[in-house]
Amino acid sequence: MRGVTSARQQHQLAEAGEPWWRQRESERKRPNTRTSSTIPSPLCASSLKMACQALQSGESLATLKNESDSLKKKLEEERAKLHDVELNQVAEKVELVSALSIRTRRVLKGHGNKVLCMDWCKDKRRLVSSSQDGKVIVWDGYTLNKEHAVTMPCTWVMACAYAPSGCAVACGGLDNKCSVYPLSLDKNENLAAKKKSVAMHTNYLSGCSFTNSDMQLLTSSGDGTCALWDVESGQLLQSFHGHTADVLSLNLAPSETGNTFVSGGCDKKANVWDMRSGQNVQSFETHDSDINCVKYYPTGDAFASASDDGTCRLYDLRADREVAVYQKDSIIFGASSVDFSLSGRLLFAGYNDYTINVWDVLKGNRISVLFGHENRVSCVKVSPDGTSFASASWDTSLRIWA
Amino acid sequence: MTIRTIRPNRGQHYRPRMHCLQKIEAHMVEMQDPKSGLKGAEQKLNVTTIPHVITGQDIIAWLLNKMKVTQEEAEAYGTMLVAYGYIYPLQNHRKLVMCNDGSLYRFQTPYFWPTQKWVAEDCDYAIYLAKRNIRKKGVLEPFEQEHYTHLHTWLNHKWDFIVMQATEQYKAGKERKKPDRVVLDCQERAYWIVNRPPVRFCNDSRKPFFFQNIFYQQAIMRSKVKSSVSLGALVKFVNTYKNHDPFLAPCLPSNPWVTDNDTYWTLNIRRVDQCTKMRVERWSFSFFELLSDQRGRDDFKSFLKKEFSGENLAFWEAAEELKWGSAAAIATKAAVIFKTFLAPGAPRWINIDGRTMGLTVKGLDHPHRYVLDGAQTHVFLLMKKVRPTAERGPLKTAERGPLKDR
Repeated sequence: MRGVTSARQQHQLAEAGEPWWRQRESERKRPNTRTSSTIPSPLCASSLKMACQALQSGESLATLKNESDSLKKKLEEERAKLHDVELNQVAEKVELVSALSIRTRRVLKGHGNKVLCMDWCKDKRRLVSSSQDGKVIVWDGYTLNKEHAVTMPCTWVMACAYAPSGCAVACGGLDNKCSVYPLSLDKNENLAAKKKSVAMHTNYLSGCSFTNSDMQLLTSSGDGTCALWDVESGQLLQSFHGHTADVLSLNLAPSETGNTFVSGGCDKKANVWDMRSGQNVQSFETHDSDINCVKYYPTGDAFASASDDGTCRLYDLRADREVAVYQKDSIIFGASSVDFSLSGRLLFAGYNDYTINVWDVLKGNRISVLFGHENRVSCVKVSPDGTSFASASWDTSLRIWA
Repeated sequence: MTIRTIRPNRGQHYRPRMHCLQKIEAHMVEMQDPKSGLKGAEQKLNVTTIPHVITGQDIIAWLLNKMKVTQEEAEAYGTMLVAYGYIYPLQNHRKLVMCNDGSLYRFQTPYFWPTQKWVAEDCDYAIYLAKRNIRKKGVLEPFEQEHYTHLHTWLNHKWDFIVMQATEQYKAGKERKKPDRVVLDCQERAYWIVNRPPVRFCNDSRKPFFFQNIFYQQAIMRSKVKSSVSLGALVKFVNTYKNHDPFLAPCLPSNPWVTDNDTYWTLNIRRVDQCTKMRVERWSFSFFELLSDQRGRDDFKSFLKKEFSGENLAFWEAAEELKWGSAAAIATKAAVIFKTFLAPGAPRWINIDGRTMGLTVKGLDHPHRYVLDGAQTHVFLLMKKVRPTAERGPLKTAERGPLKDR
């Protein structure tokens, strides 16, 4: 069964530093058609009925496969017709980026184990981080103060998010849940007591994000689905089915562009979803391995992805195609996380070889490499006003760069 | 930046939208009228006697008489009554058709009639299947077994609750008299056949290809833009914002992280006397930038107040709150918004075109999160038109740099 290993194996893998819950490529079996990935929503009886009636019209498997191949070819042709220029051609007239002098400006020490995820608060200086030992810490990055600390009842807290109001944080991981903790001004108050379980999945929680308010939470999980929850009641508002393997990351579109979000998973696919209907609107499959992170471009018309194949890619949503690949022969290890600078010119990417690379989004070349972390970089996020970016690492520290 | 919606969604999947239900219900009541309706008889089914059973012939004859239609129309309408769950067959319970012969039917209890108020929930279906599982000691019909397995995975986190409810209902059922129990079982089974039709699924390996083909077809039909256009837009965005990106251009007076001086932040808080030049320039890039910055919104609000059109922004804000707020509050918020902005003679009546107003008000009968989207977009565009006037006046709070027209 996917994701289950013996206790001893878990221990061995944990020692080696590998995330044992993630199904390795070698172990991956063909997706089980019993829980078919492409059923649009659970028990959507009317659409299933419609599909079955159409299927009963006698189309054989071979015919459908052929139709599928020819449709895929036609889609490629349609896309190619509109592909009249490459990104670096359009960017020829853009001036080069002058040398950047980015250095570590703060080192946040306090976690006892690998830091897996972090998120900024809208006030531009606070951040929340979560780690393997179950600790979730809220910091004032500017003063290095630890403002709150919560110990989750599970290990490997892989996802954490700050609420837009700044009054709560959401986190989850191997407990298959996402819980919301309201942050109180009283330092002595036990935050764990006020915890509210919101999301429930059937496998680990890989990512979570608040929408425009504290009242809704979007989650992605190792069970291959994403879901939208109402925080107050814990009710499932919408579920998103379509990935055929663990979903590792999600990102909401900038508010201006409407109600969509993008998710990336172990099936090498990046899917764009409509939050209202639960439909998969667009899908991109050009990576060679698991997609670890997806992030929207500031306009919401494009997004970047980071993958275990060592590349980061840029996808244009309006042209419906991949438009850039950020790679180098010398970069062998997988990229774990990406984020754009405020103008969208720079792409910061954290890698499993302990470095952070800064890419020129338009011209496609690497501008600089940042060293400093002593283990894998697990998460990279630019601050809300673009003045800095923070990186979380398995070396138990967080760094703020500017 | 234009407002785009991925697909125009009129909220159809939030409610069955069946106006016909009222008409059907009227017929059903008449059909069961003791004087002019159908007379049911008792029928022995297996060992038990079931009351109020009618034959298909009788129903169709009554319809012919009452509605003055042809034989075919009466049969078709009869089948509809069965398909929607108002009448259920006793013998061939999975085939939802009305047969013009001695086949036996019963009227479904109003509790199980199709309704606009709620959707048949997966959780309830799971409880029903679990209860059936207990009663039949693990022997479910094949389609029920498939549904059961699927629900067991999907609702795993609630499974204890589901089994508990099922056991309670099963025990309560045993307390009843046998005829009542049989009748209730038939009614419940009929309800779920209507709402969760038995379809063969999962074992068909063609299914993934079928859905994939639909997806490809939709992708081919979706409007795409030329690379030069969309990539050009990306480059334009970079050029517009490059002076505002702290990694590319120095932020004034200094980047707080670099110099440990947080004047940059204090200069850009909400309630500052004089806004910085860069901040105001950013508001000129797009209307959304203006609204996203609290201070920009405040200034725009005071401008609108002077022009006596503040209700537009207030409505826009209220619609945002509805969209992103908690599910429980939707109904109350929608009612308040209607009273304040949309009702004829409302205190802050917004001036939108008749069609949008009509659709919005109608949608408010069954409010959902996105019911105000149409009106909100309209209001947003109205305010956008007004913005250039605002910029020439009250928004000119600082010495401004080169403006970019939008």
